[in-house]
Amino acid sequence: MSFVNEFVNGNEGGLKHEGLTPVQKVTLRTVVVGLLFYGLTAIEGMMMRVQEIEPFLGTDHFFSVMTVHPIVGIFGSTYLIVFGAFVFLVPYLMKKPLYSIRIANITWVLIALGALTSWSAGFLFSYAPLYTLYWPLPVDFNQFMPAAALIFVLGIAFIMIGTVLFIFNIFATVFYTERGHEKRPIKPLVLSALGIDGLLNLLRKLRKKPPYSKDPAVSLPVAAIFRGSIDTLFDAFVILSVGVLLLVYIIAKMTGTSMDASSIDALLYKNWFWWGLDLIADGLVLIYVAGAWYLLASLITGKKLYMENVARAALLIELIVSWGVWSHHLLSDQAQPNMMKLASGEMITAFELVTQGIAIFVTLVTLWSARPLKMTNPLKFLLGGMLGFALAVPAGILQADLGLNRILHNTQWIIGPHVHVAILVGLTMTLHSAIYLLFPILTNGGKLWSQKLANFHFWAHLLGGIGMGAFMGMAGLDGMLRRSWYVNGEFNTYMILAGICGAFLLFAWIAFIFNIVMSVGLKGLIGIFLPSKLKTKDTLPEAA
Amino acid sequence: MLDSADVLSALHLVYTIYSVAIILLFGWLAFKLTGGKAKGLLRPKLFYSYVALLVFIGVTIHILTFNTIPWVSNDLKRNEIKPEQTFHIEVADHKFILPQKKLMIQCGKTVLFDLDSKDLTYGFGLVRHDESLVFQIQVVPGSKNTLLWQFHKNGTYNIRSTEYSGPKGASMKVDGAVEVVGCKDTDPRAS
Ligand code: HEM
Repeated sequence: MSFVNEFVNGNEGGLKHEGLTPVQKVTLRTVVVGLLFYGLTAIEGMMMRVQEIEPFLGTDHFFSVMTVHPIVGIFGSTYLIVFGAFVFLVPYLMKKPLYSIRIANITWVLIALGALTSWSAGFLFSYAPLYTLYWPLPVDFNQFMPAAALIFVLGIAFIMIGTVLFIFNIFATVFYTERGHEKRPIKPLVLSALGIDGLLNLLRKLRKKPPYSKDPAVSLPVAAIFRGSIDTLFDAFVILSVGVLLLVYIIAKMTGTSMDASSIDALLYKNWFWWGLDLIADGLVLIYVAGAWYLLASLITGKKLYMENVARAALLIELIVSWGVWSHHLLSDQAQPNMMKLASGEMITAFELVTQGIAIFVTLVTLWSARPLKMTNPLKFLLGGMLGFALAVPAGILQADLGLNRILHNTQWIIGPHVHVAILVGLTMTLHSAIYLLFPILTNGGKLWSQKLANFHFWAHLLGGIGMGAFMGMAGLDGMLRRSWYVNGEFNTYMILAGICGAFLLFAWIAFIFNIVMSVGLKGLIGIFLPSKLKTKDTLPEAA
Repeated sequence: MLDSADVLSALHLVYTIYSVAIILLFGWLAFKLTGGKAKGLLRPKLFYSYVALLVFIGVTIHILTFNTIPWVSNDLKRNEIKPEQTFHIEVADHKFILPQKKLMIQCGKTVLFDLDSKDLTYGFGLVRHDESLVFQIQVVPGSKNTLLWQFHKNGTYNIRSTEYSGPKGASMKVDGAVEVVGCKDTDPRAS
């Protein structure tokens, strides 16, 4: 078959989109748009990488790229890929239809629109308060136009409304009783979704009593999705509340009323905002990821999870821990009470080592128990994802220390070995593992075009991600600050090496997308955005 | 007495060893997963010992740094310690306003840096001439931003804002703003 033919029609006939159910379609749409946003994030990342070697952008432009890069990366890409996967997995694992396909469609459109809107505030008007929005920078109208701030806030509001709709859809899917089915009792579902059944099972085991529930009402991955979504919800409310505050100041400025920025306590605001923002990094990401590992491990091995009750209980602990760790972002804020720094910043944060360590251990032992395994794409990406967190979590625990934070905060260490290794190696490789695993299920037996490209994707992404994090980390230990560039080439060796690794990441993405397009074909890709011909609420078509 | 350069070198070494070890471990696991035959599940005792080890490491790190890194205990008790020298520094409109052109510090004296932002959130960091960091804190408007420090090496340091305060604050720096004199040793990266 000619290359052009394969490009248009896909590998071995490509994706027959006419046979996809509405749920398959909405899942594929959400994930594909998320992957495209990832590409935009990587391009922006490379722009900054080059700037840190050989400045070519003006100051305003550089910082507006830095502002939109995480917005597009976290919400446009990660949220969409994760939400897309869960919109499929929750009904698939619970063997009941998704509560609302329409809401799922509105969700991805709103989030994509929101990410583009916020992005345009940076692209068109150089709005650049960075994602941390430290008070009163977002409303510093000596540096930014009020209209730009308004567009940015509106974009974030769209994203958060989309997020709330997603959570509603997931919670509703867990709890509702579908038509024609006998009433599903709520209590066991709630206990199981929260992980309380796992905890009760453990306690009863200690007292040598039979388990509270032998067959949990909700499977472990669904419980993880449910619990992670609680953090996602809280986070959406906090971000929305900050949006409302900014809106008040923006509208006041636009209508000629002057409002004093000092009437807001900058430290209190920072606590509130970080409490919410950290529910993403230290809450939903860790919980969703642990759930994804458990699911992937059981699907890859076909075995029951090792220590399932402990894993269930650990997810509940992880949820509670995630509410109490935000002060590790304020260890350099000297007015933050010492007690908060010690308890929330250091000690509760240290529990993330425990909960994430448990997740890695449980997953690895489950895999080990099923030896010999074939080194498939899902397995190797899963191992890569766990390695990412095994590197990034200890880096985080080290910087969440009063002594070390004094010399690490706001250096490249934070954003390299911790943030990018967690996001790019840990989270993204986990998501790619899930994508490779679900690809044949979501495309009704679609075949990957090239295993060689998949191998390249794996190695370029793994080496690029770890390498970029490592060189940023070394620069950070030598004093290079984040959110800065140095005009005299002080850190050029590290930055050139980080740039090469960044390019690996970009090439990995290009190889991955190319492979996907060649597998499903351009026709199939466009077809997923057309309405489904199947009038069913089922997750998969009947023949599948 | 340990300074930031010593602590950072130690961290560099420890984290590099850890990273190499964990990468090798995952490489080995990946290799082993494709061969051999599983012989039953790991005993729960081993699992619980591993969890106990994680708790132990999580807590011990902080106890260790509290007892070895010299600035931690002073920082926690800074409201009870009377400083021997105090510098009030204002930050406004993306500029540091220093009480003197150069802040002269005597070796070993307890110095309090007292920062006050009049508008945005900034950072206050001291860096050596090779840009390596001596310390940093956040400078939050409306908050008390103080840092107690003791210097044990002679040297001249630059001040840098270590927090982004908008494009206008991209290069907030005061070269040679702090000089420490009277010590036996000299900081080779700050002279
Ligand atoms: C794929 C390749 C990527 C490259 C090459 C890259 C590169 C960069 C660079 C150079 C910076 C600026 C670092 C500094 O000097 O402060 C940065 C910041 C950041 N990146 Fe990435 N990045 C990539 C992907 C991602 C993704 C996928 C996400 C999120 C899902 C992400 C999240 C962030 C965050 C949160 C920041 C901090 C921004 C700030 O300090 O305000 N990055 N990235």
